[in-house]
Amino acid sequence: MELNDLYRDVILDHNRRPRNFGPLEPADAGAEGVNPLCGDRLTLKVRFDADKIQDIRFEGQGCAISTASASLMTEAVKGKTRAEALGLFERVHRLLTQDDTEAEGLGKLAALSGVREYPARVKCASLCWHTLASALDSRGAHVAVSTE
Amino acid sequence: MNNSALANTYASFDVEAVRGEFPVLSRMVHGKPLCYLDNGASAQRPAAVIAAVDDYERQHHANIHRGVHTLSQEATALYEGARDKLVKFLNARSRHEIIFVRGTTEAINLVAQSYARPLLQAGDELLITHLEHHANIVPWQMLCEQTGARLVVAPIDARGEVHAERVESLMGPRTRLLAFAHVSNALGTVLPVRRLAAAARARGIVTLIDGAQAVPHMQVDMQEIGCDFYAFSGHKLFGPTGIGVLYGREALLERMPPWQGGGDMILTVSFDKTTYNTLPYKFEAGTPNISGAIGLGAAIDFLQRQDLEAARAHEHALLEHATRALGRIEGLTIIGTASDKASLVSFAVAGVHPHDLGTILDEDGIAIRTGHHCAMPVMEFFKVPATARASFAFYNTFEEIDRLAAAIARARTLFA
Repeated sequence: MELNDLYRDVILDHNRRPRNFGPLEPADAGAEGVNPLCGDRLTLKVRFDADKIQDIRFEGQGCAISTASASLMTEAVKGKTRAEALGLFERVHRLLTQDDTEAEGLGKLAALSGVREYPARVKCASLCWHTLASALDSRGAHVAVSTE
Repeated sequence: MNNSALANTYASFDVEAVRGEFPVLSRMVHGKPLCYLDNGASAQRPAAVIAAVDDYERQHHANIHRGVHTLSQEATALYEGARDKLVKFLNARSRHEIIFVRGTTEAINLVAQSYARPLLQAGDELLITHLEHHANIVPWQMLCEQTGARLVVAPIDARGEVHAERVESLMGPRTRLLAFAHVSNALGTVLPVRRLAAAARARGIVTLIDGAQAVPHMQVDMQEIGCDFYAFSGHKLFGPTGIGVLYGREALLERMPPWQGGGDMILTVSFDKTTYNTLPYKFEAGTPNISGAIGLGAAIDFLQRQDLEAARAHEHALLEHATRALGRIEGLTIIGTASDKASLVSFAVAGVHPHDLGTILDEDGIAIRTGHHCAMPVMEFFKVPATARASFAFYNTFEEIDRLAAAIARARTLFA
């Protein structure tokens, strides 16, 4: 396994310059994700236009995998409905834990497939998605999730 | 010891011979020789420990203290023999003062629940320091919830040092117990244990020392330190996991009620009344970790065969070398710069999250710890979410530290 396969250019780029990073005011829903293993914290805010994710931004501190994954996620789910975003979560989850059959059509998110070879790091990549799922589920409330 | 004397002592230390006693140190990880710098989390085991456990499992296993048959008597002799080794190792007054537990965490919980809980009243105070491991914070917080006692925290300074006078100034008429680390797992700071224990004793305050990070690095003599309780884990001392020791002053242990009830901790049981066993068995309910205790005894034998003075000088030289080599890396900040430090270096690298660094170093066969080190208040104090920590044992080498420094520099390039 090569490190370059984990830290692909897309990942390094989104770590260096995370997209959709910062506060979102006003927001319709939000959630906080914590990975106690490495101390990663992620605050996610979402604004809806009817059922569509009109805007989404995140803040917090984390490793390169967790930061890049959150950045890539916000780009991917913007404009999607709740159901579409959750469907994407399922596909990313399979990409991170099973195989590459979902990689096609995932666009830049496919860059996360290298994480699969590093089981200790899967939680880093999935933290933002778990946080998104709880934000979409919270119907306005700000909730907290943990990967432990 | 002055510098030239120290240099002579470590020059006489044969690190290759010591490495030869640890089978795992010759393995490869990702095609590179293992560079094991995570000794603060758990140290590796010498062949002598592995062999002692293996011999017990193959030849002598039976339950202890309750059989008249040969195997049970042999197992009992081996288990109690390990206790005798610990009496000498810690310079305890008697075998009544050595309680086998699962590890440091269990030892501290035992003292919290059996010693402190019965005597605490609402408004009493428990004093700890800011650099404690969660195992020396959470049991006391739980106790505060149970009793209405208050947790008082003595501060650290920017170097990660604990000043005895600050701790002393927090000892008040309601302080019932002072609990502190001998060595900080996250920073390496060595605390002024003798002074703190003496100050507490002068005020009638009972002391517990978390010695998990100290025993692998220095001689710990219960009479010299003068504490009431001392706790450590076997696996950080080149022994097995799941075994540890609570040392307690006999007069205190005698007065304490048992912690857990069950077999082996009783003399007689009827439905009207149960009579508890004598020390140390009163605190060892149920079948203990027999092979673990035997392995720990073998680890102590192993240590006592080493030239410990030379080994410690070597460790100190490793610390100095690592402090210099890492200190030269641009963007690297060493966290914990106490004047008296055990052989570990906690650090942060600008632009490289510790977790990424851990993965990158692992590809080079280098094992370090990354994270909050179960010391979140320390991370909070230094305003970092996590650190990377290289912690050394006497089997580590200068070349390994150079490999670490080179790999950190490469990681910086990747994220630049």
